[in-house]
Order: sequence, then C-alpha cells, then structure tokens
Amino acid sequence: MTVKMKKDVNPIDSRLNHLTEPPDELFVPAPLDRDVSEEIMTPSISFWQEARERLFKNKGAVFSLIVLALLTLLALVGPAINEHSYRSQNIAHSNLPPKVAGLEWLGFDGKDVKGNDVYATRNIEENYWFGTDEFGRDLWTRVWKGTQISLFIAVVAAALDLAIGVLYGGISSFYGGRLDNIMQRIIEVLVGIPNLIVIILFILILEPGITSIILALVVTGWVGMARVVRGQILQLKGQEFILASRTLGASNARLIGKHLLPNVMGPIIVTVMFTIPTAIFFEAFLSFIGLGLQAPLASLGVLIEDGYKSMRYFSYKLIFPAAVISLIMISFNLLADGLRDALDPKMRR
Amino acid sequence: MKENILDVDNLHVSFKTRNGEITAVKGVSFSLKKGETLAIVGESGSGKSVTAKSIMRLLPKHSAVIPQGEIKFEGQDLLELSLKDMQQVRGSKISMVFQDPMTSLNPTMKIGKQIMEGLKKHQTLTKSEARQRALEMLELVGIPNAKKRLDAYPHQFSGGMRQRVVIAMALACIPQVLIADEPTTALDVTIQAQILQLMKNLQEKMDTAIVLITHDLGVVANMADKVAVMYAGEVVEYGTLDEIFYETQHPYTLGLLGSMPNLNAKRSEPLIPIPGSPPDLATLGTGCPFAARCPYTMAVCHDYHPRKTELSESHSVLCWLQDSRTPENHAPETVGSAQR
Amino acid sequence: MHPSFCFMVRISPATVVFKDRGVNVKGYIFKRVGFMIVTLFVIVTATFFLMQLIPGTPFTNPEKLTEKQLVILNAKYGLDQPVAIQYLKYIGNLLQGDLGYSFQYEGRTVFSMIGDRIGPSAFIGLQALIFGSIIGLLLGIFSALKHNSVYDYLSVTIAVLGMSIPSFVFAALLQYYVGVKLEWLPVALWEGYSSTILPSFALSVTVIATVARFIRSEMLEVLGQDYVTTARAKGLSEWTVIVKHVTRNALIPVVTMLGPLAVSIMTGTLVIEKIFSVPGLGEQFTLSILVLDYSVIMGITLFYSGLFILVVFLVDILYGLLDPRIDYKGAEQS
Repeated sequence: MTVKMKKDVNPIDSRLNHLTEPPDELFVPAPLDRDVSEEIMTPSISFWQEARERLFKNKGAVFSLIVLALLTLLALVGPAINEHSYRSQNIAHSNLPPKVAGLEWLGFDGKDVKGNDVYATRNIEENYWFGTDEFGRDLWTRVWKGTQISLFIAVVAAALDLAIGVLYGGISSFYGGRLDNIMQRIIEVLVGIPNLIVIILFILILEPGITSIILALVVTGWVGMARVVRGQILQLKGQEFILASRTLGASNARLIGKHLLPNVMGPIIVTVMFTIPTAIFFEAFLSFIGLGLQAPLASLGVLIEDGYKSMRYFSYKLIFPAAVISLIMISFNLLADGLRDALDPKMRR
Repeated sequence: MKENILDVDNLHVSFKTRNGEITAVKGVSFSLKKGETLAIVGESGSGKSVTAKSIMRLLPKHSAVIPQGEIKFEGQDLLELSLKDMQQVRGSKISMVFQDPMTSLNPTMKIGKQIMEGLKKHQTLTKSEARQRALEMLELVGIPNAKKRLDAYPHQFSGGMRQRVVIAMALACIPQVLIADEPTTALDVTIQAQILQLMKNLQEKMDTAIVLITHDLGVVANMADKVAVMYAGEVVEYGTLDEIFYETQHPYTLGLLGSMPNLNAKRSEPLIPIPGSPPDLATLGTGCPFAARCPYTMAVCHDYHPRKTELSESHSVLCWLQDSRTPENHAPETVGSAQR
Repeated sequence: MHPSFCFMVRISPATVVFKDRGVNVKGYIFKRVGFMIVTLFVIVTATFFLMQLIPGTPFTNPEKLTEKQLVILNAKYGLDQPVAIQYLKYIGNLLQGDLGYSFQYEGRTVFSMIGDRIGPSAFIGLQALIFGSIIGLLLGIFSALKHNSVYDYLSVTIAVLGMSIPSFVFAALLQYYVGVKLEWLPVALWEGYSSTILPSFALSVTVIATVARFIRSEMLEVLGQDYVTTARAKGLSEWTVIVKHVTRNALIPVVTMLGPLAVSIMTGTLVIEKIFSVPGLGEQFTLSILVLDYSVIMGITLFYSGLFILVVFLVDILYGLLDPRIDYKGAEQS
C-alpha cells in the first residue's frame, strides 16, 4: 500500500457535482427502469472468446504462435525452395560453410574456421545457405526436412496420446467404481516405470524408424493424458451443474458432449501442447544415442548428432539444427504456458 | 465522555487494475470509542473489507493507493507511520480476525506457536511465559483440553474452533481495537452465535473496541453500538444502532432492512428484495451510485452526487431525498421529514 | 526425462489416495513397499520378455561365428533353454543379487560393471542436483518476491530456456564454447574435479529451470493465502513472514519434484556422459544398447527403475513427515 501526499490531490471526479448546486427542476420523481436495473452488468463473453483475448494479450504466447507458424511453413516449403533433395549427395561440394549473399556480416560468409573462403578456393558458384555436410548434402534442405519429420513425429504421437488418453481417462472416470479402480492400479504401475527405459526397449524391438519412434512415444505418453482427463472429469462430476443437468434428465451423451467435454478441453489442449515438445525432445534424444532414424533420413535429432560429431571444425552443422529445435521447444513451452493461463477458469472474473 | 480511539476521516482507496484505476473507497469517515462496537454493513464489493484492511495497512503493496484521508489511532495518523512502526501497532494495539478460519491459519505451524509468535514480537516474554499466555488465551476462548491442543495443527480443529483460535491469536496482546472482517460468515449458524457471544464477552473483559464488518443485519442488531452502511465505496448512512434501525433515512438501508427476515412479522408481509445488483465501480457515473436500484429515484439522482446531511450529532445520510426540494409524498413519510 | 514431461507425471503426493483409507503409518509404508515390489516385478518381467523380442544376437560379429561356436556360446549363456526356464532362472538369480554376465566383456558380471560405473554418475548427478536445486530455489524465490519486476522476467526467461533447450544440445554448445573455444575446462576427459564441472553444469540446467519454476509458482500461491495476511496482521516483520510462513510452506511441495528430477538427471546422464566421456553408468548403457549387450541393458534398466521407485517412495514418506496435514490416519481434513 502506498500512501501518497495528501494535501494537493485532485478531488475525485464524481465529487465535482458536489460543488455545483443542482437546479430545482430536477427534483421530480424518475422511477427506476426495472429492465435496466435487472440487466446483468457485464456483457457476456463466451469462455473461448475470453480465453482467446487473454492469450493474445500474452506476448510470449503470441511470439510463439508466430515463430511456430513460420517454422511450420519453412518445414513444409523449405526443402522445396532449392533444387537439392535431402538425400542427394555431391562429394565435390562437401563440408561447405553457410553462405548467403548479403548476409556475410552475420557469419554467412562461406569462410571456414581458419578464415578461408572455401567457396572461392574450391571454385563453387552456388551458395549453400546453411552449408553442406560431409557428403555434400544441402543442410538448408536437410534442416527443414528434419524439422518436418520431427514435427510430424511429435504431432502424430501427441494425437495418439490424446485419443488413447481421453478414452481411457474418460471411461475410467465416467463409469467410476470398480472399473476405475482397476484402470487406476494399471496406471499406477505404469507411472512407476521410468518412460525412457520403456521407450528405449521398444525402439530396440521395433528397429529404429518413424513408426517405431511414434509407437514408443505413445506407449508411455498416453498415461499423462489419461490422468489429466480423469482428474478433470472426477472434479467436474462432483459439481452442482452436472448434478443439475442429471436431475433434468440429461442423457449420458448429452452430459459428456455438452458439459464434460467443453470443460475438460482446456486442460487437454494444454497437455497436448506440453506433449509435443516432449515428443520432439525424445526423438532427438533417441537419435543422439544412436537409436533414431537411419541415414539418409533426417530429423532434428539426427542432424544434431551429425553436427555434434564434427562440431570442432564445422560448428555450423550443429548450430542450425540446435537453434531450430531450441526455438520449437521454447515456443511450444511458452504457448503451453500461455494457454494454461488463458484457459484457467479460475482466472475468469 | 470517552475519547475517540480510532478516527477514520475522508478515507479514499484506489486500486490500479489493467483497465485503469478503480476507487473502491471514497471518503469514508467514522470514529470509534473505547469498548464500543461499530458495524460496517454492506453488500460484497461495497468497500467494507478494503476499509478494514486499510486500517491495518494490509492492502496489496503494488496495486492499492490511498490518495486521500486519515486514519487516526490515539491521535496518530497510521498512514504516516513507517512500516516498522506500523508493525508495532499491528497485533498489539489493533488486531484483526478474518472471514475464513479454514484459510487464515498457517496449516503447517502448530497453533500454540502461531499464538506465541505475536506475543513474542510485542511483549518481552520468555518462551515458557509466552506459552503460558498462549495457553491462557486458548482457555479464555473456550478451547477444551487447551494444554494438549497447543501442539495441534489447524487441520485438527473444526471451523468454529479454528475461529476461536484466530480470536485468541488476535486478542493475545489485548489490543485496543479489534477489526473483525465477517468473522462468522463462513461458520454454521449455531456456531455463529457462539462466536459472537465470545467476542462480546471478551470485549467486556478487555474493554476492546470492535470494528465489525458484516452483511448480516441480525449480527449488527446483536452486537453494534454504531452502524455505518456502505454502498459502492461510500458510507451512505451512519448513526447509532437505534437511529439506523428505527429512524432509517437512506433508501438502501431501508432496502437492507426490508430484505431481512423477521420472526415477529406477519406471514403476509413478504420480504422485499433490493432489485438489481451492486454497480460496477469502474463504470460509475457522476450521480448517486444507488440511483439505478432506488425506488425513490429523482431526475437529480442520476447526474448529481448527493451531499451529506447531518440529522443529529451521530446520524448522517448521503441522499437527495433529504433535500427540501424533494416533492411531497414522493418518499416514505419517515424519510427526510426532519428537513421539511 | 524432459521437465515439460514432469508437468504431466508430476508425482503429486500420491499419499492422498491412501490416507483417506484410515491406515496408520506402518500400514501405509507396508502397503507402499508391497506396491513397489509389484511394480518392480512387472518391470522385470516386461523387460525380460521385451528383450526376447529384440532382433539380432548379443555376440560380437555373429556372422563370423561358426554354427558350433554359436551352440557353445548359447549353451554358455543359457540361451538354448526354453524362454520360461530362462525367465525363472533370471528371477532366481536376481533374488540372489546376480544380474548375470556381460555378453561383450568376457567374464564380467553385470553387477560388478554397474558397481564400477556408478561412482562417476552418482557424483555428477548429485552435484548437479544440489547445485541446481540451490540456484533454482534462489532464482524462483526471489522471482516470486519481486513479482513482475525485471528480475522476475529475467529468471522466468532463464527457466523457460532451461526447460526448453534439450540438455544434450546445451551440453554440446557448452563443450564447444567453454571447452574448445575458450579452453577453460577439459573438453572430454575424466581426470580431477575440473572435469566434473561441465557435465554437472549441463545436467543442472534442467534442475535449475524445473525447481525455479516450481518454487516460483508455489511462492506466488502461498503469498496470496489468507494466513500470510494473518501473519502480517500479527505485526510480524516482513522477513519473518516471508521466511517462516511463506517460504516454509512453499518449500514443502518441492520435495515432490525429487522424483521427476531424479528421472531427468538419469536421462541426462545417458547423453551427457557420452558427450563429456564420463565413465559412468549412462555411458555404459548407451554403449550396451548399440552392441545389444542384453544382460547389461537389463541390469541397468532394473537398476534405474529400482532407483526411481525408491526415490518416489522416499519422497512420499518425506512429504508426509514435512506436511502435518498428511498423517496417514485419515484425520479430519481441510
């Protein structure tokens, strides 16, 4: 509480009328208009409208949305921008540092660690924006192709988590009783197992590849979603408006569709938003310990692993994929945070 | 006549919010003598709690501003004290009891320790003396088996017992003023009466003045010597208990009384609700804030803020109906008659 | 495990489930231990049968081995017996603390290999946990106390970066800039204390971020509680209020983060030990995975799982000790 100087303050606005004497003719009855006074004071805004408004007020979330939109766009069209494919090798053009005309001052100058312009010494006309790897593959194409694959893995894994988790959590909590009890014991055992171990074992069995990575991620990932959904529904089930709706004879389908789902949507969306970066992390992690995708396929993890191996002399090979994965992770985390704040019904005034 | 112990004069409190500044308390004034009980009555959002918290200087540091006003305790303006000096006042000379006993005790600290904390801060006591005093306080507020309960945690008490603990805590240093912010609202009706009776008994023992914040006129009738009726951050009517209940002047006070159930009333007399809901402080116009809900609104009420009319030394009201220009037969006979 | 994942599996005091059933502390612990054993048994069984499904053989250069050599090797490791027999044998041995022999290193028991490797991992892991927790707590506590200040934004930014940037990316960049470019600390060698600094620091980043975020939101929540206002109303100094009432209460739930943090460090060691050539358990694990050294993979898997389960168990007990509201007796709850 701050206490301001008390002497020289402006009188509060509403008090100005204090000073002027009201004219006599105003002393006539002006009965209250019931419609006006019974009106609800604040205009009703739908929950989603308000959530959207709050989300757009969050600078971090808006920034993340823009970054994610840009990265997704690049992941989709980036690999097609130049004529190289992610797998085409050109040994003559191997290990070229990044070079972009006009961006030399930013380090895109085509010079190696010793400061020699490799493009000039090897007489290469074409500019590789992100440089090339040891097989002369264009890293621009590979980075965006890798982003595409990483995002694909993450989104599909999150979608499957969502489907299984909502179904499991929904059934468990909606029907409750013994079924719920059994289903929860299963979850409790699963939660007790570190998921990394499960993921690694699954990859070992399934042989590395996009499908097996997705499967391995889903095998452990759905549990989190199931718990969130169950927790939410249990909490909602105890609330009066559900009881009221039941009393009025609402069918189960109506209860689920009209009351439960819209109210658990928020936490579900937030959980998905946290699942995606987790999946991206695990994909990269697996690639880094040698259980990821096989060459010439690229994912961000594969690129980071490749880049790490030759980072001492060709640091650009590490820096581009590292920057992209970090940006994706930061954006998803910020967006998820923003969504959580925006969708939290407790924040509603 | 006793000296005033607490004098609140023209207090204004504003809050900085995202949508600009909102004035929650506008020009509130009241006074309190030793051993006296003042009730502040009003709907939620009328600024009663804010008023109480500003006496203790417990409003949120970052958002609350007091641009104007004085809160004099024993002649000293509390708003001018340094935080350190204010901490000497809090808990020792002025104490506070909060609305919800479920949340107002630290869940991980033994209640004995919570009572001793304040004692040790304000009085030079050894640990065992403080403990002894805490024990006496628990016995005083009627906690059975008090010696054992000193080492219990809040969750081991029921709501009513917790509120007793909170009261013991507040009164441990025998303060001159006790501010009770809706002390019984969160409790069962049967417990409410016990807690009120307890406060009354202790008040007599310690000669403490009480500022009782409530929306329950039944509680007011039971406890108060003086009443301040608040609406939209202003004291719209202020007077002794009898003046407020039997010489009611403000239409809002009339409305509050009309919506209170009365055992003696005939069955045919319905409760009369006040239509509408309290105004949004952010969108308040220049007129009387009650105009939109008032059954006796005049054209003047919409644009001109009413002025304070002193009806007696103790009774004042903020309403245009008191103006001599009010047409005859417009308001109930009892209202504004003094002026005409 | 990545911290954002912790958000979902956060081992929230599972005690709550048990405590309402009116069991006493001993009964509760007994029950939990039983549950731990069941979980471990499920893990052992699942791991064992999953390992059977893994294609390929665990022997080096199997294509060079003759039919006869394979038979001898299979017999030596008991791989010629039916799976059920192998399973029972494995369980039997496990109960005696025998995790079998490595396929890669002649005559080495998995047990001794874990014993040799656990030291460096435990050292950098604990160092990261302690350092990360202290920094994270300081960062988060001051962040909450200076809510919405520049300092707050700064530490929130650090936390978001720490949570988002994968630990191995951070470790690789750290190695490149601090080790290769600046040459301040050893790049990849295990000699003396200085070589533990970079790997510990790389591991601690997620710890710092997770703890800072968690304690910040706990502090903010506690700061808004009524009992803090009560404490102020008693006339206590701001310092006493913050230390005795706010921080104390905000710190209690932090112990629940120990489980996820342990997992995060375990996960981290797999890659970070590889990057900094730390001769620890994580490095051994990744090596064994690449060469399909079955028994070592299984041994380390069980070790990690057991450790995790133990940490979660201890956290539950610790939480019950720290928070008086949880007394396992189903006493009147708020």
